[in-house]
Amino acid sequence: MSILSDVTVAARAPYSATLKAGQSMRIIDLDGQQAVDALFYNPHDPSERYSAQDTLAAQAMAGGKFYLETGAVLRSNEGRKMLTLVADSCGFHDTNAGACSCESNTVRFGHETRFMHACRENFLVELAKYGMGKRDLVSNVNFFMNVPIRPNGELTVDDGVSKPGGYVELRAEMDVLVLISNCPQVNNPCNGFNPTPIRIIIADK
Amino acid sequence: MPDLDQLTPEQYRTRYLALQEAARARAAATPALPAGMDALPPERIHKTASIPAGWYLALRLKRFDTIRIGNPAGTPGAALFLWNADDTSERYNAGDTVKLQWTTRLTTGRVLFSDMGRVLASITADSGAGHDSIIGPNSPAQTAGRNGRDNLRLAAAKFGLTRQDLGPALSLFSKIATDDAGRFHYLGGPPAGAVVTLRAEQNLLVALSNTPHALSPIQEATGPIDIAIAHTPPGPDDLCRHFTEEAVRGFVNTDEVFSA
Repeated sequence: MSILSDVTVAARAPYSATLKAGQSMRIIDLDGQQAVDALFYNPHDPSERYSAQDTLAAQAMAGGKFYLETGAVLRSNEGRKMLTLVADSCGFHDTNAGACSCESNTVRFGHETRFMHACRENFLVELAKYGMGKRDLVSNVNFFMNVPIRPNGELTVDDGVSKPGGYVELRAEMDVLVLISNCPQVNNPCNGFNPTPIRIIIADK
Repeated sequence: MPDLDQLTPEQYRTRYLALQEAARARAAATPALPAGMDALPPERIHKTASIPAGWYLALRLKRFDTIRIGNPAGTPGAALFLWNADDTSERYNAGDTVKLQWTTRLTTGRVLFSDMGRVLASITADSGAGHDSIIGPNSPAQTAGRNGRDNLRLAAAKFGLTRQDLGPALSLFSKIATDDAGRFHYLGGPPAGAVVTLRAEQNLLVALSNTPHALSPIQEATGPIDIAIAHTPPGPDDLCRHFTEEAVRGFVNTDEVFSA
């Protein structure tokens, strides 16, 4: 295995990289309780992209759960395997609650939060570098984010269970463009109310 | 107003817990639907149609048109996706819809949010068959036959849109729950005669497909989906516009667009 890239992403900042099939990405939650929002695209035709519903439908048919854990296969809107979650210290990653935005913050937390930084701001800036925009902002994964769906249907963002140094590792099953927003949200517990840096390591097999 | 970027973690937590408590109180107060509430005033109905099993419609709704979607034979699901007709980059957002309302149970009184913090449609009446936006409609992974994913793409294409313009969709007439271990359960197909009515809160493009939920054991539609559309502006005491604090704020954002 050889390390191709090893970077620290500052608190609240975006990041992107393209993985070749077979390469892996390890995301390390340096200080714990930090949500990491991620989008995935086929770099050769980005209209094929990560689909939470394709991922969860396949997972549910195999008896799986409403969240992502080791062994989870992230699928595209064509049902194809994009990445496999091959290692994980956390055991719980969300793909239902989406990414925060300035606009949704006004609804969820009040209009006084309109001008606070948000994941979709990070994503739009990063998408623009690849010639993409808001139409390309689709369902995402929230690594290290604890979003239970209770039997009564309630969906909440609860305190993160990821410990300092916690990690998740993804293996690319096809070439994949990865966009990340190191979540800046402070109005719910997804970042322990204190956004912190993460480290991202890309390695060849 | 304090600088919201400078509060302590304890102050942020206090704000969040207050919102959560209010949301739980609202969920507990979900109204039972009075009999007949799903009926549209017959003299105002300007369009009716029936979607055969396995097919779809691409429809336009004006703001405050209400569409009554009926399932006379209890077919196991109908896939739905919505766009703002005046700017199709604004579209149904499943994640925001469940997160902003703190619930995956979409029924009478709840609303369907766009990605822009605005309301696309309100669920003004619902017979309670269940609607799921977590797993959603079926796709070629579940059936070799006509399926929700391809039908939604076909409907999108009739508006000049592509797979880029589709995100997670809503599967009407689909009762799903998770258990304490986090596993999904399909709680059986809808009863014959199930109905849901949606009021457009913006001018909408609608993709509606008569195809099953992804987890339905029956993967071919078993009967028609009937629709009727009437223009029915909300009254001052409208349930959906006041049911939750989140909806009230969502309607502030929505009505702003039309108030110029």
